Amino acid sequence: MAVEAAADLPSLDEVRVRYLGKKGRLTAELKTLGKLPAADRPAAGQAINQAKQALASAVEARQQQLEVAHQDAAVAAKQVDVTLPGRGIALGSHHPVTRTARRIRQLFTQAGFEVHTGPEVEDEYHNFTALNIPEHHPARAMHDTFYLQSGELLRTHTSPVQIRSLSSQGAPIRLIAPGRVYRCDSDQTHTPMFHQVEGLAVDRDISFANLKGLLYDFLGRFFEREVSLRFRPSYFPFTEPSAEVDVLSESGRWLEILGCGMVHPVMLRNCGVDPEEYTGYAFGIGIERLAMLRYGVDDLRMFFDNDVRFLAQFA
Amino acid sequence: MRVAVSWLKDWVQIDEPADALAQRLTMAGLEVEEVLSAAPAFSGVIVGHVLETERHPDADRLTVCKVDTGAGVESVVCGAPNVRTGLKVAVAQPGARLPGGTKIRATRLRGVDSNGMICSGKELGLSDDHDGIIELPDDAPLAADLRDYLDLDDMLIEVALTPNRGDCFSMIGVARELAVALNQRLPLLATTEVPASHASEYTVRLPEPTGCPRFVSRIIRGINVASESPVWLQERLRRVGLRSIHPVVDVTNYVMMETGQPLHSYDLGKLQGELEVRFGASGESLTLLDGREVTLADDVLVIADGSGPVALAGVMGGSSTAVDDNTADVLLEVAWFDPAVIAGRARRYGLHTDASMRFERGVDPEGQVKVMQRATELLLEITGGEPGPLVNTEMPEQLPQRPAVVLRHERLERLLGTAVPEEQVTATLEALGMQVGRQGRDYRVVPPGFRFDIQIEADLIEEIARIIGYDNIPSMPGAGAATVAVVTETVVPETEVADVLVARGYREVINYAFIDAAADEVFALSDQPIALANPISADLAAMRRSLWPGLLATARDNLARQQVRLRLFELGNRFETTADGIREHGILAGFACGPRWPEHWDLDAQLTDLFDIKADIEAVLALTGRASDVVFQAAERDGMSPGRTARIFIADTAVGWLAAVHPAVLSAWDLEDGAIVFELELEKALSARVPRYTGVSKYPSVRRDLAVLVDAALPVGDLVAEVRLAGGGLLRDVVIFDLYRGSSIDSSRKSIALGLILQDTSRTLIDADADTALAEIVSHLESKLGATIRK
Repeated sequence: MAVEAAADLPSLDEVRVRYLGKKGRLTAELKTLGKLPAADRPAAGQAINQAKQALASAVEARQQQLEVAHQDAAVAAKQVDVTLPGRGIALGSHHPVTRTARRIRQLFTQAGFEVHTGPEVEDEYHNFTALNIPEHHPARAMHDTFYLQSGELLRTHTSPVQIRSLSSQGAPIRLIAPGRVYRCDSDQTHTPMFHQVEGLAVDRDISFANLKGLLYDFLGRFFEREVSLRFRPSYFPFTEPSAEVDVLSESGRWLEILGCGMVHPVMLRNCGVDPEEYTGYAFGIGIERLAMLRYGVDDLRMFFDNDVRFLAQFA
Repeated sequence: MRVAVSWLKDWVQIDEPADALAQRLTMAGLEVEEVLSAAPAFSGVIVGHVLETERHPDADRLTVCKVDTGAGVESVVCGAPNVRTGLKVAVAQPGARLPGGTKIRATRLRGVDSNGMICSGKELGLSDDHDGIIELPDDAPLAADLRDYLDLDDMLIEVALTPNRGDCFSMIGVARELAVALNQRLPLLATTEVPASHASEYTVRLPEPTGCPRFVSRIIRGINVASESPVWLQERLRRVGLRSIHPVVDVTNYVMMETGQPLHSYDLGKLQGELEVRFGASGESLTLLDGREVTLADDVLVIADGSGPVALAGVMGGSSTAVDDNTADVLLEVAWFDPAVIAGRARRYGLHTDASMRFERGVDPEGQVKVMQRATELLLEITGGEPGPLVNTEMPEQLPQRPAVVLRHERLERLLGTAVPEEQVTATLEALGMQVGRQGRDYRVVPPGFRFDIQIEADLIEEIARIIGYDNIPSMPGAGAATVAVVTETVVPETEVADVLVARGYREVINYAFIDAAADEVFALSDQPIALANPISADLAAMRRSLWPGLLATARDNLARQQVRLRLFELGNRFETTADGIREHGILAGFACGPRWPEHWDLDAQLTDLFDIKADIEAVLALTGRASDVVFQAAERDGMSPGRTARIFIADTAVGWLAAVHPAVLSAWDLEDGAIVFELELEKALSARVPRYTGVSKYPSVRRDLAVLVDAALPVGDLVAEVRLAGGGLLRDVVIFDLYRGSSIDSSRKSIALGLILQDTSRTLIDADADTALAEIVSHLESKLGATIRK
């Protein structure tokens, strides 16, 4: 019939108007009721209404059918090739040194260390003297210091931050000091600028065993594996005992990874802390070194070439 | 420093391979850098005896030798000038393999049989000396394998010494460490005093006793001018990196390597008057052994005779009094110099000598007499001669005093975090040569003279820990004070800034903080460059006053690597000279060039412009919660394109710049026009507002659009500010949805289409409200800015 034959919503509406509209055929039939004998009216009325209802529900059903079909067609028309590239900007990348420093910061701040910073242009006192490195000490020559024409120097390590913070804040203290440091040295394994994290904890009853415990925890969590470490006696003027720490690489070689030790009593005294009451440990970590080991970078200089093809690998 | 295992065996019984020794030394704190062979691999080389020599019949430079090899007499042709009858030589027999794999065969050289080769030191990898064949001593056993005879299967250990362990700058020093590690008796230098055979003494005066409180000397007369250093001594010197020079010099070098105490020898005949150890005077100069002339200063200690300075104390001797091939009488010097008066002096003269390295770190202040005895014995053995008395000129009260160091057992255990048996402490200290007395649970320790680095209790604790082994101390995470970290919301962390930029496609770079001085001038706002006194190279000579030169260079390098679209940023310091010295400012700097979008199938290939990057900066500054306070103002700056340069403010504080770099500047970096840079001064830009909730209106907003014609030069920012001023409390937001300049309007005017969003917090606005607000805004713009409304 006409309802079934309606192919789209407008033609269905036409059918509806033709039969059920104000001037529609069934509406007209109803108007003729009054002309029938009174006894016939109920039956005729009922028949007309039944027809009207049947027709209305048929129209409604057909309308629903058509609406679904219409929506399906609209959806079908919007089909795309989902393998085409997305629109807009792709993610950039953090520098691997920053990425590494951030991880180091996260690990230590969770262990109760505060992040402290200090100036890169330093004086002899904070970079050397206060750290128990007197003038002419061979350890100063070890450091290959850059000097400015105005007489200041570029810090050779972030250890001066220890001095500044401990002097102003006193003990107990737990800090790490990440930052850029400078040494007058440039070859395949040295760049004249690099990054260090210095750590310092001064409190009552801090021991060498605690230092070992902290570093095992830190390095294990940094590399996300059980690490084998080797603590070797070494020398730094501001720690005693001093140690260098080697980590056993996956290829079975010992790789030097950081220097550490118990804070030298002279350094504590230089910062106004009584070495009889307080003890502490300090450690210094080369950030590039950790980044190289963690990410398999085999050339230190890549960090400062800023080749975006390198940088893009550390998104 | 290099040590030979065979030399260590003078004092220590060694039954394990060199690698194991190296491991022990490393774990005792003497880091081993390398273990190497004393000689490269070769075989089939024996001691031969040259019985006869005659000129080769057909070659002037060749000699035909009859060589006794023990198994027979062979004809061997030799090209060396020093081959001669009676000499003991190293013969590579047919079948021998030389370093590098060369195989020796019986052959004929110009018609003469040559059954082997007489070897030079260079051919066997023992020296660089190619002047002639090795001359072995007459008592070298015929037919002995050369490797056995010279002990060439010896191993060498290269040790990197830390500055505190000057006591290990010698064979005996390393032997001492090894003896402790192997539980053996501590090595001692065994010497005896030789009786003097004459009474001659040389007068030495010590006017600077703090610098030189002891000077031991001895005259030895009548040494054999023709004597030579024996092969064993030459070999030992060679293994630790020294060349044989002269028997007297060889002996002083040998004893220095053995004991760590530098010595010096003078040709007695060349000295005049008395010797004194004093500081140099200005105007004085000295010609050193290596021929260099140095100008002295009043803080440089010298040894002087009646004629003036004859040696740089503790560094190098002078040439005028040096021993030579005619020297018959020598004066030996074994002195102690305070490290403080030696340190840095050699370096000042560009010198780095075996003596200065040792004196700078310190030598045993008690060792001079024994070392003189040792040197005398050895010299007499090699050169003969008549020893005079040992003269010890000293000011004992000026020598370093060695008070006992008290070690508290409780402190030891507390610092290490582990229990250590008292017997172990005593035994360890005694093994190290220390005298240990007990006071209750504590120890009174007198270190031996050579351990001048032991000054305080912590030094002793380190010794105990080192010998116990750091690896044997437990690992115990510290209790640590339970503190809550400070996490402020009033400053935006740099990490968040970086995250925003990375999310917007930027790559972080890290450039050196020192750059080329000329590049540093380009964007510098102050005229005071900050130059390094000792730059590593000319292009890294000035501390950067802007991060942009580094970013431009990085961009140039990456464009050269076929990158076309760059978004770079760096977080780092900029340096500035102020009245209070050099100040550092943390800076975020950025660079952008190339297409707006990465190349894409559905995006236009438009070039990046200022507004792309402005949105990035706005995103960063929105982190502060003060986005509505951010203002970009047209500005000018050297190096930037006028009309495409903005100063960035937060409220009234200038916090940074956004600009298109001037094409003339870009060309210096091989870059094309269109590059955009920005910078934010972090301390000012990242101060943040803690959010404060102000309620959200329940009532709908009304939008009215308005197109106004204003002077073409009027910044839209100013227009919007006036709109906001006039709009009052109902005006929620202003959107700019069109900007038009063109033929349909006056060329001195521009048309700006504004969308005004109006809303009240307490009621629904009716049309009349919106109309009133709009009318106020229109009339304000008309009167304030001469704006006309476009219908």
